[in-house]
Amino acid sequence: MAELAEKTEAASPRGEAAGTPAVKTVELTKRFGHTVALAGLSMTVPRGEVFGFLGPNGAGKTTAVKLLLGLLKPSSGEGWLLGRPVGDLRTRSRIGYLPELFRYQGWLSAAEVLALHCELAPLPRSSWKDEINATLETVGLSDRANDRVGTFSKGMQQRLGLGAALLGEPELVFLDEPTSALDPVGRHDVREIIRGLASRGTAVFLNSHLLSEVEQVCDRVAVVDHGRVIASGTMDELLGGTAVRVRATGLTQADKNRLSGYGRIDDEGEQMTFANLDPDRVPELVASIVSMGGRVYEVAPRHQTLEDRFLQLLEDEERS
Amino acid sequence: MLPMLVIARLTVQESSRRRLLLALLILTLIVVGVSAWGFNKITTVTRSDGTPLPPEQVSLITSQLLIVVTFMFSGVLALSAAVVAGPLISGEVESGLLLSMLARPLRRSEVVIGKWLGLAALVAVYAAGAGGLELAAVDWATGYLPPHPVELLLFVAAEGLVLLSLGMLLSTRLSGITAGVIALVAWLMAWIAGVVGDIGTGLQNQALQNVGVVSHLLLPSDGLWRGAIYAMEPDTLIAAMRALGTAGRANPFAAVDPPPIEFLAWVALWFAIVLGASIASFRTREI
Repeated sequence: MAELAEKTEAASPRGEAAGTPAVKTVELTKRFGHTVALAGLSMTVPRGEVFGFLGPNGAGKTTAVKLLLGLLKPSSGEGWLLGRPVGDLRTRSRIGYLPELFRYQGWLSAAEVLALHCELAPLPRSSWKDEINATLETVGLSDRANDRVGTFSKGMQQRLGLGAALLGEPELVFLDEPTSALDPVGRHDVREIIRGLASRGTAVFLNSHLLSEVEQVCDRVAVVDHGRVIASGTMDELLGGTAVRVRATGLTQADKNRLSGYGRIDDEGEQMTFANLDPDRVPELVASIVSMGGRVYEVAPRHQTLEDRFLQLLEDEERS
Repeated sequence: MLPMLVIARLTVQESSRRRLLLALLILTLIVVGVSAWGFNKITTVTRSDGTPLPPEQVSLITSQLLIVVTFMFSGVLALSAAVVAGPLISGEVESGLLLSMLARPLRRSEVVIGKWLGLAALVAVYAAGAGGLELAAVDWATGYLPPHPVELLLFVAAEGLVLLSLGMLLSTRLSGITAGVIALVAWLMAWIAGVVGDIGTGLQNQALQNVGVVSHLLLPSDGLWRGAIYAMEPDTLIAAMRALGTAGRANPFAAVDPPPIEFLAWVALWFAIVLGASIASFRTREI
């Protein structure tokens, strides 16, 4: 097998390649034996954009990030980060990464872990102290700076990992399920951090299956399933339709099946959500339910959520 | 600091913070203290007529006991190196510890060499420190110092480095426990193969002798151990064994000749090959 990407060609200095996208892939494919983990991923993430990479567990999200970071070797296809081929060693000094499987040296203190990453980044030694203090403040670990990481909770370790990814004002940050171990306050903090990164022009590649999180912070998303991108676009493009939530009793499963002509139903018993239903058809839907003997208690048209759209996409994919 | 040296420093720091160094220090002090007491007892042994043993006999007994003690010391050092090296790479791959580090401008070769350098420094310092302390204790207890103490410590340290290197090579692909166990078994088999080679020498059987030669080439730990033995033997003992001919060479706890220069050159090349193979193996490992 050829050497995993560790190229040392002279990288462009910061800003020189500002016209190039943060991430670009062409037919990036990864197979593990007969299993296709990523099937021909082609996408472009512009600079400064918060990009959500969505998909169910095992869809290929983490594989994509590892391919882009040179941790895995692609079976075929190509990728570029910040205008340089994937694996370019010096480009990595302009990139931050929080792995899904985050683990840091338990025998070091939080400040020492960040100093280690400052050294490997590498950042000028004179900037380390300010950089570490500011990062600890950002991720809410200032009061634990000198405590051993081994004594940290999972959530605190994930905060530390996020801090390590933020060191040195990277131009591109990969966050792989960055809130998986965090409580609601922590999740809110991460959203604020992502917004802060976006405001200073850092591109963020956010891997997540937490749809509400993606919906709140991402400019654009791609939905991946079974290693293939099944939809992508801006949030407006993806969530253009209207969803209608109906609370009704007295309907049999056969009745509900007949109602599926109004659109995909997210059936939760008495509560049903009709995805992408034209609001003009709501009276017709209610009349149909009543004609079937159903009793309607609530009808609430609303904008389609990312979850509605996500489930619809996966179902369409399953059918095809 | 060079990334390779950062990794080396981190490896030493981990051993220190995890109290491995403290544990080794305490155990070494206990072993050296007990063995010094034991060696001191040799000087109090008397003959049947009640007179103490002559100094030549004390030296001979001490040199033989020192070989046994050093065999155990070098064994513990080699086994410890194999156990620590087994999870050196694979442990950090499996735990995810290396993920965020390898996303930095850090070559995989720098990770491999850095970790080897860090552990090699620990092995060398420990071999020199603990071995030197033991020799000083024996000298104090009996007045005997082996003829080539520096060479002795170098051979013992090199044996530890062989096991460290083998464990690390295996660690680039196998889980920590598997790599450690294979390295341990390989060390034991190499020693047994060396004994088989000795038996072949005694019986003047070429096939058995070849087993020893091949094992010394594949894993030079036993060949280095023979160098350590040679460094501990008084000249009078070597002369006596030479006088015995092939029978004098058929002893796993004795060495009549120093390791040939060709063997030492091969050991240097062996380290280069194993380190190179470790780098190549880790470079192509998908994480």
